[in-house]
Order: sequence, then C-alpha cells, then structure tokens
Amino acid sequence: MKFPLSWLKDHLETDADVQTIADKLTAIGLEVETVEDAGARVKDFVVAYVISADKHPNADRLHLCSVDVGGKEPVQVVCGAPNARAGIKVVFARPGTVIPVSGETLKIGTIRGVESRGMMCSGRELLISDDHDGIIELPDDAVVGAPAATALGLTDPVIDISFTPNRGDCTSVWGVARDLAAAGLGKLKTPKVEPVAGKFPSPKTITLNFAGKPACPFFAGRVIKGVKNGPSPVWVQDRLKAIGLRPINALVDVTNLISHDRGRPLHVFDADKLSGNVQARLAHDGEKLLALDGKTYTLDSEMCVIADDTAAQSIGGVMGGEDTGSSETTTTVFVESAWFEPVSVAATGRKLQLMSDARYRFERGVDPEFVVPGLELATKLILEWCGGEPSDIVVAGEVPAWKREIAFAPGTVERIGGLKIEKERIVEILTHLGFSVAENGTALKVSPPSWRSDIDGAADLVEEVVRIYGLEHVPSAPMTRPNAIARPVLTSSQKRRRLVRRALAARGFNEAVTYSFIPRAHAALFGGGDDARQLENPIAAEMDALRPSPLPSLLAAAARNQARGFTDLQLFEIGAAFQSGLPGGQQTFAAGIRVGAGVRSWTKAAHPADAFDVKADVLTALETAMGSPMTAPIKAKAPAWYHPGRSGTLALGPKVLAVFGELHPSVVAAFDLTGPVAAFELILDAIPDSKTKKTSFSPSPYQAVERDFAFVVNASVSADEVVKAAKAAERALIETVAIFDVYEGKGVPDGKKSLAITVRLQPKDKTLTDTEIEAVGQKIVMAVAKATGGTLRA
Amino acid sequence: MTDISALERQILDTIASAADEAGLETVRVSALGKKGAISDLLKSLGGMSPDEKKVNGPAFNGLRDRVQKAIAAKKLELEAAALNARLASERVDITLPVRPEAAGTVHPVSQVFDEVVAIFADLGFAVAEGPDVEFDDYNFTKLNIPPDHPARQMHDTFYVAKQADGSQHVLRTHTSPVQVRTMLNQKPPIRIISPGRTYRVDSDATHSPMFHQYEGLVVDEVTHLGHLKWVLEEFYKAFFEVTHVELRARPSYFPFTEPSLEWDIRCDRSGGQIKFGTGNDWLEVAGSGMVNPRVLENCGIDSGKYQGFAFGGGIDRLAMLKYGIPDIRSFFESDLRWLKAYGFAALDIPTLDGGLSR
Repeated sequence: MKFPLSWLKDHLETDADVQTIADKLTAIGLEVETVEDAGARVKDFVVAYVISADKHPNADRLHLCSVDVGGKEPVQVVCGAPNARAGIKVVFARPGTVIPVSGETLKIGTIRGVESRGMMCSGRELLISDDHDGIIELPDDAVVGAPAATALGLTDPVIDISFTPNRGDCTSVWGVARDLAAAGLGKLKTPKVEPVAGKFPSPKTITLNFAGKPACPFFAGRVIKGVKNGPSPVWVQDRLKAIGLRPINALVDVTNLISHDRGRPLHVFDADKLSGNVQARLAHDGEKLLALDGKTYTLDSEMCVIADDTAAQSIGGVMGGEDTGSSETTTTVFVESAWFEPVSVAATGRKLQLMSDARYRFERGVDPEFVVPGLELATKLILEWCGGEPSDIVVAGEVPAWKREIAFAPGTVERIGGLKIEKERIVEILTHLGFSVAENGTALKVSPPSWRSDIDGAADLVEEVVRIYGLEHVPSAPMTRPNAIARPVLTSSQKRRRLVRRALAARGFNEAVTYSFIPRAHAALFGGGDDARQLENPIAAEMDALRPSPLPSLLAAAARNQARGFTDLQLFEIGAAFQSGLPGGQQTFAAGIRVGAGVRSWTKAAHPADAFDVKADVLTALETAMGSPMTAPIKAKAPAWYHPGRSGTLALGPKVLAVFGELHPSVVAAFDLTGPVAAFELILDAIPDSKTKKTSFSPSPYQAVERDFAFVVNASVSADEVVKAAKAAERALIETVAIFDVYEGKGVPDGKKSLAITVRLQPKDKTLTDTEIEAVGQKIVMAVAKATGGTLRA
Repeated sequence: MTDISALERQILDTIASAADEAGLETVRVSALGKKGAISDLLKSLGGMSPDEKKVNGPAFNGLRDRVQKAIAAKKLELEAAALNARLASERVDITLPVRPEAAGTVHPVSQVFDEVVAIFADLGFAVAEGPDVEFDDYNFTKLNIPPDHPARQMHDTFYVAKQADGSQHVLRTHTSPVQVRTMLNQKPPIRIISPGRTYRVDSDATHSPMFHQYEGLVVDEVTHLGHLKWVLEEFYKAFFEVTHVELRARPSYFPFTEPSLEWDIRCDRSGGQIKFGTGNDWLEVAGSGMVNPRVLENCGIDSGKYQGFAFGGGIDRLAMLKYGIPDIRSFFESDLRWLKAYGFAALDIPTLDGGLSR
C-alpha cells in the first residue's frame, strides 16, 4: 500500500523524518518496499530569479542571462530555452550539481565563447516531468536561494509498504499511523467521526436475507438526495493519484478515499437505479452481474450479493455493479457500509478470480465497529463535495461479536520470546495498541481492540509485545547439545543417496537438477503421461506432466548441450520419479545418461557410449551404496525405452533395483539427439540396507593356480551361465571365474561361439598337485558341458 | 714372458674394441674358450716342471683373471650402452594429452545441501524428508492455513490433476509439510531440518517454478526466540565460513508461526562480491518464528507443554550467495558449461573438521 508522508501526518503528529518512519515501519512488521522521494533527487537545486535575458552575442537562439541565485552577485548563465526571459523564477543548478537526467556533474562551461556558471532546468532534466520544451517557471512567491524542492511541491515522499495477510487493521493510513503511534513514533490525531443527523426517514430499507449463518451479518446505509456529482476536490484527486488510483468522480472518489484512509470499503449506489429496497442475500446459481470492471460474472449460491427487489446489484465485499453505479447524472444515492464474513469474501473472490481493494480488506478483516462511523464519514464528505440532504441511517443485523478475552501470563513473553520485559511495560505496549488489559491474579486479562481480528491467543500477544519493544533486544541464547560429540543423523537412504551421487561424479558424470514437470509427450515415452500425473495449472503448456523418470529431462538437457556444440556428455540426476499423482507415489531415482560417439583421442579409437558403460555405472553405484559386491542376477530385458537387445534389469527377487542399457533409437530421435545414448535408472529406494560388516580375514599361505579354458557353446548361451556352471564345479577351490575372450567367426561353427574363461584355484590347506589341478579342470569342463552343452574348444 | 705380455696386450685391445656383446663373446671364446689362447697356456702348465710351474702358474692365472675382469667390465659397459640406446629409441612426446577421462561434478544444490546438513547435524538436527506431491491438509490446513485463508494467495500453488479416487493434491509449496509429518510421527524433543524441492507457480528473473528449501524445526519444553537467533547466527557463521555475522529480525507473518520473524544479514555488496559480517547492506535470508500453538495441536502435540521454533530459507539462494551464482533459473538449465563452472569435485565433501569449502 502506498501513501504520501503528508497523508500519514493527517493521522500522526510526529517530527520524525521519512527515513526514521520507514525504518520504524519495517521494525514493527510493516515492511517498507520503497520510499519514493522525488524531493531528495532535487535537493541541491535552488530557486533563482532571472534579472535579465539578452541575446547571446554569438548565437541567435541562445540567451545570455543574469540570474539572482541568492548570492551577493548575480550569476552569468547561457540558456537555450525559448521561454528564458527576465522576471521569471526558475530552478537553478550550480556548478557541481548532479543533473538527474544525465547523472553528470555540471561544470562551468563556455558556450560559443561566453562563460556560463550554472544551468536553468527543465522538468525533464530533473526527471519530474517529460517537459523539455523549456525551463520550469516557478510561482512568483518562490523564495530566491531556497531549495527548489519546496517550490516544486516535491517535499512529499511516498512510502510503499507490503502487508502480511494478518494485518487487515493496517490496510489504511489510519491503521498505519495507529501502529506507529503505539511504537512511540508520534501521537495519533485522527479526527473523531461526528454523526450527521438525518433529515428524513430513509426511503430504502435494508434486509438481511440468509437462511443460515449470514455472509453479511451487519449492514448500514442511508439515502442522500439532491447531490451534484462531479470531480472531487483537487487535494483528493492529488492524493488518489499519489497512491496510483485514477480519480473518477466525487461519489466514487469518496469511497476510494475512505477505503485507503480508514480501511473501510463502501459502495455508493445510484438510488434511482435501484428498484425497491435493498437486501443482502446469497446469489442464485447462475445469476449474472455486470461489475464495475466491465466484466460479467456468473455467480453461485455461496456468494453474497447486495440486491434490489429484482436482481443482484453488487458482489458483496468484492465489487459493485455497473448498472447501479453512480454517474455524472446521479442525484440520489444510497450509501452502503456493510460487514462481510472474511471467509465468504475470500471464497467469492477466489472463485471469480476477482481482486479489488474491497476484497483485499474484507478478507483480511475490517473493523466491525467502524461500519456506522464509516457511513457517517462518507455522508459528511458527500455533503461537502456534492451537497444534498441525508436520510436517517438504516441498519440491519448487528455488529458481529468481536470482544474476547485472552488469559495472558506476563512471563509468557520471556518463555516464548526469550525477552525479559517488566510487566508494566508489557501492559503499556498492549494498551498503546488499543488492547484493554486487566489484572487477574498472576495473569492478565487482555482484550484485543475491534480492529485486531488477527489476535487469538497468547502467542499473538507475545508477538505484539516483542515487535513493539523491539526484536533487536532479543538476546541470543545457546541451545544445549544433545550429545557432547554429535551422533550421526543421516538415515541409510540419505547416506546411499550421498554415496551414489559422489560415486557417479567420480565416474565423470555431471550432476544436473532438472524440473520435476516435463512435456506430456516426453513423459509418455517413459511410461508416464497419464491424466493422473498431469498438473492442473502448469507454469507453461510444455511443462504439464509429472516426470515418470529423470531421464527425459536429462535427454532434453543433453539435446540443448549438443546444440551448443557439446556432443559427448555424461549427465546424471538424483531426484523424484513419479509413479502416480498421489503423495507417496514417487521414488527416488539416480538416473544417468552417456551420450555420443566418444571423445576422439590419439591413444585409442573413440569409444561410443554403450550398454557396458552404463552397466559399470550401475554396478559401481550399487556397490558403493551397499558397501558390498553386487551379486543380483542381470536379466536381459528392460522397459520399452531401451534397446531391446542391449539392455538389462538388475533385480533382487521381484524388486527391481536398476534398469540400464542403450536407449531405443526412436527415443533418441524423439529428443533430436546425436547418439548413441546409453542410460540407467537406479531406484535408490529399492536398495536394501547394507548389512555387511568387516569380518576377520586370514589369507591362504598356499600357492594359487590359474587355468584357462575355452568352450564352444551355442550362440544363445549367456556368459553368465558358463561362469555360474564353472564356479559351481568345485566351490571350495574356485575363487574366481573370469571371461577373457568371446569369439564368433572363422574356426567356430555357425550358430556357436567360443567363450574363454580363466579360473583361479585357491587351496586353503595344502598346495595342489598337478593331478589335483587336472581333476578340477575335468570337473569344470563337465559342469559347463552339463549346464550349457558346451565343449572344450579343440 | 714377452709372449705373455704381448698376448695380454693383444687380448685386452681386442676386448676394448669389441663393438657389441657378440664381438665380446668372440674375444672371450678366442681367449678363454676351450681352445682359447689362455686356455692353451693353462693347459700347457701340466707339462711343465715344478719350477716352471712356480713361475708360469701365477703368470698364466693372473693373465686369465685380468682378462676375465676386463671382459666383465666391458660387458657391463656394452649392456649399459645397449640399454641407453633402447631407452633413447623409446622416447615419447610426453606433452601429448592423457587418455580422455570425463571430470564429473556435483551440483551446487547438492553440495550446499551437504554443507547445511553437516552444520545442523553437529547440533543434533536429523534430516527429515517428505514427498513432492503432498496432501493439501499437510501443506496448508494443518499449518493453520485453512482453505479460504488469504495466505494461500501468497503460495501460488501447483495442483496435480484430480485423482481417480476424487482426491486432489498439491506440489508442496514449502517443506513445512515435512514438519507436519515429523510431528505426527514423533514425540518431542524434536530437532530436524527438512531440505528438499518445492514448487510455486512463479517464474521471473528471481523466481523459479521449482526451487529448494531447507527448514528447521525444534520442539521441546524450553526453546524460545533467543535460541532461534543463536542457531541462525551460528548457522550463518559456519555456512559462510566467517568469524562474525550480524542478523536483524523483522516481524512478519506466517500462519504456522507466532510470533513470526524474517531475518536479514548484514553484508557488504560494494565490491561487486558479497561479504558477510561487515558492510551497510541488509539481505533477507530466512523466515522463521515460534511454532504456532494451533499447528502443534493440529499435529497432536500439547501446546501447553511444548514449544519451539521453525525457520526456513532457500538452498539455491544460499548457493547463489556463497558461490556468487547470479541467476536462480540457471540452476535448472543443465548447461554443461554452468555445471562445470559451478559444480564441485566428487571428493569435495563438506565436513566440519576439514572445512565446508576448499
């Protein structure tokens, strides 16, 4: 909310300067966004008098002026303005003054051979108007040598504060002044509202027509006849303009003025356009109303309206209707001052997507005791500005109950606020804020004022006390350490995430953080994109689906990077993958991509990203997370977005830990990527807690032996089967089995392949003899033959 | 005698002039081989008289020993030369680059997350987490933000589509629902921080529709505003790695705290870079307050007995301030150049003993 300092001073008697006031406002919780002080910008400029203005000896269009700037001697100034002439008062810049429009410091200059010791300024040069056709001419009564700001009327800084939603009481200059006065920054001097006696009974009656709890429990109004509408007084128009409102006419301006001055929204109907009497009621479903913003709103039966005998004429507490608004020809008005339930106004405004100054105030809670005074004040101003004759006031309903008592132990301030304040000071602060405070044994009985609907408990009172006393006085208090030496706090899943992140970074991946919402078409490629995972109000149409995996966003990121000329990429992200639109329907994935044909190097052929790269990534990540070797079997299948023949799944029983492989070419194409692309998705939540503990270890003193075998097997036999069979041949002796060669081609029959393994035998109790080694070799050959049909390669 | 001297000189000359090991071997065979000159001499000793033996024995043996030594020495010399020649031939251009290895990085958000956790863990704060898709009840209502509360307007909430069961959920607008979940499931004393992704329908130069928050919650029987101030002071000192910070509290409003405060930190932005603990600027860094008794009650905690504080700030924002990153939106663009410039090495693990940053 904006207000000029002069307006504040209508309510607050204070000598404080604008900066002090701004600092105090922020300190008590009314945060100052800006202080616009046009006067400060021109503080170095003075009023000067042009004694003479002659033609410049060397230039037709320039004047050579002699100017009285309040010093002993007149000053010689060269000026090009067409209106420069003797006898006018001007805004003068001495050498050394910074000119706002250019930001440059004015110097003594020589113009066409004549010295000029200053400058007479245009409105544009001072950034106070767009006028640059000539220099500013000040009023005759401007004092020569005095600051020009005063003569320019720029002494009134405008303060803009932002409210927190609880402070409905401060949505007016009066309310702001009240808080400042309580904080000790002056004395509240808001004039009391005097009632205006009615001259005749109101020809309009008011009824509150609600079946249940009334959305409008209290409504006051009166008719004023014989008004003459027109522009409001200039000072009112200036004020409204200063806070960014457009003056309309006196009858509208009066409501805007009182709304901002007192926080009391009002509405003025053209009484001649109302048929019959006035009532507050809920709208009929589908009832339509053309509002003052020119839009037609369709109402429903939860919205409160002010209606006449025929139809709704105003959306209660939100906006008046166009048909019954006041105009230049209005002569009889009905002034409405009502109190609407905040929740009802908020709901109506939200449903209609309609914000207004009235709604802003009503939904934050306006003072229920200022309904009738607000009406009296409006009456007074209308009579002053437009003339006319007021009726008696008619009232329906009752002032909504607002009185309540809060038991408040003064010690609560210290217990909650950590601030030791004397009871007397606490009482004083609350009293200044308008609370009534009574002693009640050891506790206090505190009643908030009618305008503080936000106060509902002791904690609120603590806040009131500490904010006015000053938060800067709260001393730091060390917290206890629960344990002298801190204990670990991370859960196993948090530790896993951290380990996997750094393991992947160590493998050359750059960690990305991408949006959780992606284009629906992308989601659909990865098993998502269904209705349940759509956002109702996406920030952009192409960011409308909760991602089923981080992969699509990583692929999109890779495409953007490729467009910048980075063809080979390793990106990963650890983040949510959404399996549904329900809370808890998400899993934490570590997903990564390797993109590109490989970095070219003089040392070796470029290595395109392939399934075995990401298999290694997955295994490293899993083993890092678990702290033990990964023994889960790998199945040669993966979801549809992977290459069907170059992908795999790692699962513990039915629980999938990871899928990986080269991406399906059609997916790569959908992202406009230059492939190949290999990817993995590790489901971190599925990784079991690590149970491995270090056990005692005694190395065997006996010689280990390695023997190689090459088997010819059917091409469809997996390496895993051969290794497994070999291992099982003599578990007590065989330490490892490793594949070191795979060959298909010449020398191996069609449909077959050669798999070469090296087996390491580690005896534990004696050195192996040749015969024993030979025997194990036989067992291995037989085991592999039995399991896979493979034969030893000749 | 002269014969022997001449023979020795001749053999030693030949050894000296041997060009390689093969040449040397020829010399050895001709001198010391079965039919070599020296072997012949030694063999001739057998036919000599004891007196002749007495004279010639030592002379012949001495000759043999000297020649053997000379051959051995020459052999070493030739081997060294051969090795040197091989090494010379094996020279590589050591300025050639190494085999390509990608250098990975950790995102600043993750790094700062780890830094924040390291600090609060030392004070006994556990790390609590919750889902991104959240119940309206946990995101708002339990936090004292009923459906028509004006504070909901401040939240610019993303809504997930209506579900098959008729329910509708939100993308959490803050990590405070994690506080709710914690209080519903754990009895005081509670000390947690809840870092995570949050969402608001807001996008401009200083706002991203997705961002990261960290929040702290303490609930026990004694904790008050003074403790909150202390924790924040200690946190910012540790986080910004400075010996002194100055915080300023401003009264504010959050429905879930009462009193509510926002905190500014004293800083100096004059040099183009931001410095903390000095200067004349103030920068907003956190929202906070004492947990509203209504929130405690909503979560089944006796507000007559327990009290505590909550605070929160942006992780992205902390990263921007500490590491001089200008634009929040750049965090989520995954520009490789950005990731490399602002990312951290895998082994840059923030610790309190080693320091949070290098």
